[in-house]
Amino acid sequence: MQTVAKLIDTSLCIGCKACEVACQEWNDQEFTLGTFGGTYQTMPQLEHNFWNLIKFNEFETDGQMSWLMMKYQCMHCQDAGCMKACPSPGAIVRLPNGTVDFNHDNCIGCGYCITGCPFDVPRLSPETKKVYKCTLCSDRTAVGLEPACIKTCPTNCLTFGTRTDLLRKAEDRAHELQADGLQHAGVYNPAGVGGTNVIYVLKDASAPESYGLPRDPTIPWTVSLWKGPVKVLGSMVFLGGILGTFFHYIRYGPKKEEEHADED
Amino acid sequence: MTTDLSRRGFLAGGGTAAVTTFGFNLEAATAVAKELKIARTTQTHSVCPYCAVGCSVVIHTLGDKARNVKPAVVHIEGDPESPINRGTLCSKGASLKEFVNSDLRLTRPKYRAPGAADWKEISWEEAFEKMARRMKETRDAGFEEKDSQGRTVNRLANLAMIGGCTDTNEVNYLLGKFRFGLGVLGYENQARL
Amino acid sequence: MTNGWTDVANADVILVMGGNPAENHPVGFRFVMEAKRKRKAKIVCVDPRFTRTAAVSDCYVPIRSGTDIAFLGGIINYSLSKGLYQAEYVRQHTNASFLLHKDFGFDAGHFSGWDEAKKSYDKTTWQYELDGSGFAKVDPTLEHPQSVFQQMRKHYSRYTPEKVAEICGCTAEDFLKAAAIVCSASPEDKSGTILYALGWTQHSFAVQLIHTAAMVQLLMGNIGMPGGGVNAQRGHANIQGATDMGTWNNLPGYLKIPRANMQSLDDYLKANTPKPLRPNSMNYWGNTPKFMTSLLKAYYGEQATKENGFGYQWIPKAGETENYGWGYMYDNMLAGKIEGLISFGMNPVANGPNTKKMLAALSKLKWLIVAENFETETSAFWNAKKLAEKYYPASGDPSQIQTEVFLLPASCFAEKDGAFVNSSRWLQWKDAALDPPGDAKRDQEIIAQLFTRIRTLYQKEGGKGADQLLNMQWNYATPLSPSLTEVAREVNGRDLTTGKQLSGFGELKDDGTTICGNWIYSGSWTEAGNNMARRGQDDPTGLGLYPNYSWSWPANRRILYNRASADANGKPWDETRAPLRWANGRWSGDVPDYKGDAQPDKLGSFIMLPEGVAKFFTADLVEGPFPEHYEPVESPVENALHSNVSANPSAKIFHAEMDKLGTSKDFPYVGITYRLTEHFHYWTKNMQASSELQSNFFVEIPDGLAKEKSIRNGDQVRVSTARGNVEGPALVTKRFRGLKVGGKTVYQVGLPIHWGFVGHIKGPLINNLTASVYDPNSGTPEYKGFLVNLEKI
Repeated sequence: MQTVAKLIDTSLCIGCKACEVACQEWNDQEFTLGTFGGTYQTMPQLEHNFWNLIKFNEFETDGQMSWLMMKYQCMHCQDAGCMKACPSPGAIVRLPNGTVDFNHDNCIGCGYCITGCPFDVPRLSPETKKVYKCTLCSDRTAVGLEPACIKTCPTNCLTFGTRTDLLRKAEDRAHELQADGLQHAGVYNPAGVGGTNVIYVLKDASAPESYGLPRDPTIPWTVSLWKGPVKVLGSMVFLGGILGTFFHYIRYGPKKEEEHADED
Repeated sequence: MTTDLSRRGFLAGGGTAAVTTFGFNLEAATAVAKELKIARTTQTHSVCPYCAVGCSVVIHTLGDKARNVKPAVVHIEGDPESPINRGTLCSKGASLKEFVNSDLRLTRPKYRAPGAADWKEISWEEAFEKMARRMKETRDAGFEEKDSQGRTVNRLANLAMIGGCTDTNEVNYLLGKFRFGLGVLGYENQARL
Repeated sequence: MTNGWTDVANADVILVMGGNPAENHPVGFRFVMEAKRKRKAKIVCVDPRFTRTAAVSDCYVPIRSGTDIAFLGGIINYSLSKGLYQAEYVRQHTNASFLLHKDFGFDAGHFSGWDEAKKSYDKTTWQYELDGSGFAKVDPTLEHPQSVFQQMRKHYSRYTPEKVAEICGCTAEDFLKAAAIVCSASPEDKSGTILYALGWTQHSFAVQLIHTAAMVQLLMGNIGMPGGGVNAQRGHANIQGATDMGTWNNLPGYLKIPRANMQSLDDYLKANTPKPLRPNSMNYWGNTPKFMTSLLKAYYGEQATKENGFGYQWIPKAGETENYGWGYMYDNMLAGKIEGLISFGMNPVANGPNTKKMLAALSKLKWLIVAENFETETSAFWNAKKLAEKYYPASGDPSQIQTEVFLLPASCFAEKDGAFVNSSRWLQWKDAALDPPGDAKRDQEIIAQLFTRIRTLYQKEGGKGADQLLNMQWNYATPLSPSLTEVAREVNGRDLTTGKQLSGFGELKDDGTTICGNWIYSGSWTEAGNNMARRGQDDPTGLGLYPNYSWSWPANRRILYNRASADANGKPWDETRAPLRWANGRWSGDVPDYKGDAQPDKLGSFIMLPEGVAKFFTADLVEGPFPEHYEPVESPVENALHSNVSANPSAKIFHAEMDKLGTSKDFPYVGITYRLTEHFHYWTKNMQASSELQSNFFVEIPDGLAKEKSIRNGDQVRVSTARGNVEGPALVTKRFRGLKVGGKTVYQVGLPIHWGFVGHIKGPLINNLTASVYDPNSGTPEYKGFLVNLEKI
């Protein structure tokens, strides 16, 4: 069976947020009200009931404004950190089409997957104590419908297909953009996680950070270690507390002061 | 509400459709998929009521239109047959279900008496009787058959009407007959606001 | 739109100005992105703010709000002085060759004919030189000094790149870059489109601005071309249809409401049926008698006879100079001249200028009927003091407001059938999916009940003007809730002799044997059935016209003025983009905007105009036959072209007590209002999904201004005008810059519109700030470019 993927061509994104809403609607998420964050972005980050976020970043270089908008969600990594970190068998599964899906019947709410994710995607629901993220609309894809975000996207920024086809399409599009004068246009499909089933075409692939993407994401070494020799111990409940601390440390690092980037 | 666990089930069939839609097989993916919420809906073609791009939508209602069943909208998404939107929608169109099902929808006529500090509910019958009476009083007081120069004008300037851009051509045509039937000249819509 | 959404994909150049389609028409914008992706189209975005449209444009130029005529006038000058225009198109399809009255001229801000005492123009000198037969004289060489072409060249020679930069606040380099891209559409095989919205129409010189855009497009040879046109994006689902149907100052189909001096139908037809101005002009409005008679027959049925002028006497007559537009309506209401107001789906407290005036005007009503899906600021106006005391402390206590209010639960789009007309002029039929909730009723039933009951009262009790009311036909199969399919068939019209549905307006007659509720919609529901519900996917021209999908007015034509897409011999300017082809004595392709079997050189190509050609110069508008840059009524600077005539001398300004205007001494910044992609007008503040996307009102502030005022992102600020104020958090951004205008920095402040004092989310009504200042031609309020002050609180 072929692996399916999403292609996100950031050169065609207009930040309309249709994908945000289509995701919420299809997945019957509860809508919330936000406080003003000083930006057009709907909320600062993904939430347990908000799986698809357009990130807005604005820059001025040599008097030229650029306002980058990019859809952000689970990357459905080929080598998924969340799966590696998960101690509960069957809670995080890889569907035959490559989708990384959560089966909440088996989720124990430990949150280790959150630590294992180099993209900071999964979120724990304080209500159900289970972790949630994009499912690639597995219920839709199962019956031949594209994911809700893909279907609604007005500008062809989003496409759905096999990973092989979309990788080729992404390369072609990047070359096209280069020919149009965007010399740093390129494909984002980071090797550190074995490639992703969400593939980006970036107008400037030399600076993925400017979109809010990690430059070279990798699964934390502690998670890899955990998947190896330590795994046997992992299911032993009494170790949970220790491991929790361990994972908290590698997720957040040592406590530090928050930066104030927008002081002036 | 986060994803309802009970929707997760084993789906039979569906694999064939998957092949034809994408040109590749998704059959095995059905193993852990949730039951599709639009699997048993009635589909109705409609047009988005917001801006004037004119996107077509498919309204999915539950209920098979049987006599004792009241349909409920469970989902609205873009209609792929429309050359305008080809199944896509913007953030407002993608949430039209919230419009139809909103708790804030008005469901009963309300009346605010002169000087009152609150609404009170009123029956349609009483509302229609009162409104028709007010309209007649106003028209009898303000109708001009002739102007100051003695010319026939048959106009009513003390009653005004507004609206139209949110409703269909046919309703607007009826409003036009209503308006010219009464002799109303002052009529405005949202075209410039 | 002259063209349509799907056609935008055919463009090589897309000028987006006075609109922000990426945010406000995102799905329509997909055709812009398609043109960019597939045709390598260049997008030029000219806007005071760097918007989401600007973010994907090839060229962005910031300008000061309200300086668009200067910018476009600069493009006209650039085009003419560089020879970058489609000369043959201009010669053949426009009035460039027409000779003007010898005394026509322009001097120091006024055109010839200005009467300072009356503050209006005598238009005698704005006419063509006529020959003995009453036809306009022409000079096909375009060299005659009194030709429209030479006069236009002279008029716009003042709009140099430096002058444009001085007025607009952009650099001359940025202007030249944009002008070069726009004028790259001048070759015969290039097409450019213009997309605009309320950023152009909400000015005190709105219609002149659209006129300027049309002039640019005529110079480029873009009118009638696929990928061309002047395209208003329109902001409500059926704003086009409501306007077509006359729910404003018109009868259906743009037929004018009679004036009191037109006492008979003959008087009316004589005054409203234009005469051709050239021998080859088809002058389609010459058929006005057929349109009007068929409408009267639809309205008055058997009561309409040849003897009684088909019931013409029952159509109300306006005074010769009376205006019933928005500004006048609320001024009259405030003055106590209006007792009752009926509102179907409209919210004037939110969307009318100067909210305090709206509230005060409504409180003078005896009664108010509001049919709505949700409670609105209008239905709750009597409670404004309680709901938003901060903004309306002086608003009356409910006990002092004697207005009786009826709030009627109506149905939403999903609960009724009928047709919406989109910006492409496509009439799209929709079906009802369910019944309205609770006791809510379908709108047609509410209207029918009210109409039937008031008629019953007149039948029983008599009263003034009873025959006018009782002779209006309402003989529907279910008169208390007419079926909209039955109404749609009446709108299309039928032949009373054969009983058959008309196939189009070509079959209308002026002898009372046809009925038609709106002539431009004739053809929408023929003997073949409901054409508006068609779903055909075929696209034989390959241009995205989809002739069998829905139905487009007029006559299912998809591109207006399409005859101009070919030269004098009928040869398409661009073989790859030909909506029409002339072969074997017939035009094929799109429905021709021309007589179907007429030789290419037989008729003028603009059949609706008495000239038979498109107009650079027109006497139709009140403030001049050529557009001229005037400052907004409230402006921080004087007009750099003629400081003695700074604002539009013909702008309509109201002077009720609440209609205060401010000066830049007290209000130094420029305010502009706009929509966000997250919301729709004043509706989605009731919806949870849209409310999540942008829950809070905010004020968008250039970072330079924020620095001057020590305002940080998120700080609470107050924006005030001479009328009122709003408060909210600041969104400080570099996307919005200070502009150098006449040697000083002018800052603009951005004010999104979507909040109010009722709904799921609440915030200030932005029209607390705006003024009762209107475009004199269309009656559109000046919502872009007014003076504000900004304070940190």
